[in-house]
Amino acid sequence: MDNNDKLILGGHEFNSRFILGSGKYSLNLIESAVKYAGAEIITLAVRRANSKEHENILDHIPEDVTLLPNTSGARNADEAVRIARLARELGCGNFVKIEIMRDSKYLLPDNAETVKATEILAKEGFIVMPYMYPDLYTARDLVNVGASAVMPLASPIGSNKGLATKDFIQILIDEIDLPIIVDAGIGRPSQACEAMEMGASAVMCNTALATAGDLPLMAEAFRQAVESGRKAYISGLGRVLTRGASASDTLTGFLR
Amino acid sequence: MITVNGEKMDFSGTVAELLDVMEYNGKRVAVELNENIVPKAEYENTAVSDGDKLEIVRFVGGG
Repeated sequence: MDNNDKLILGGHEFNSRFILGSGKYSLNLIESAVKYAGAEIITLAVRRANSKEHENILDHIPEDVTLLPNTSGARNADEAVRIARLARELGCGNFVKIEIMRDSKYLLPDNAETVKATEILAKEGFIVMPYMYPDLYTARDLVNVGASAVMPLASPIGSNKGLATKDFIQILIDEIDLPIIVDAGIGRPSQACEAMEMGASAVMCNTALATAGDLPLMAEAFRQAVESGRKAYISGLGRVLTRGASASDTLTGFLR
Repeated sequence: MITVNGEKMDFSGTVAELLDVMEYNGKRVAVELNENIVPKAEYENTAVSDGDKLEIVRFVGGG
């Protein structure tokens, strides 16, 4: 594909459009997940330290991979801001994925608090990538307060249910001048491919890989699907007939 | 008494000494004292006082 087709986030250029999660699987699988996914960005969470633990996840992530800490566990903007500042203090860059949930059953993001946290953190120089429920007005607010991307959910976190919010994500892709990164709920490579065909700038997955039979193989399948969908989008999809058929070869009358 | 990661303990000294006592020295952690970040360069100059609440955090896997 055209080498000039870069994903640009906060002025940083990426070739890969597949963002990898690191939750719910063995630290020992992270390196091969990154490799087979072709990932250049990986998400992390911030949690209370435990001095009895000797393994550090950072030792398993190749150095050239950009870390995208999330604010999971935050229930409001203030908590998200605290977590983001702690993540930056851990010394791994300015990227942050805002994740604010008030509900532990459906894990849906709180859009209003997400806009507040995005505004504060963007002013502090963070590259802010807010996870959100796909709503056009919220997305416009996120643009106005300095987000570097918008990350609408496809379906509930960890559900592997695919593009339940497809029509609303399409509205964001059509109307918002920031990268739209489909996050949460993508369960199959075909769904990632579809999101990319629609014009999403990238796809983020965690559970789809963590719950797959062979994680590295599934990571590779997702990489290929994301690349395929991107190529199809750049190409422009063929048209769909509203009725009837259209022969693929010229119909001549040679047997008649 | 101070509270570290939600657990009460007896301690007086600096943040650097606390990290030493708790065997966090050399580990990649970040420290919050009463909801404000303590930069690494300030660990040795920041006193921990009775009633203080600290959070010591690290990166883990997440989506």
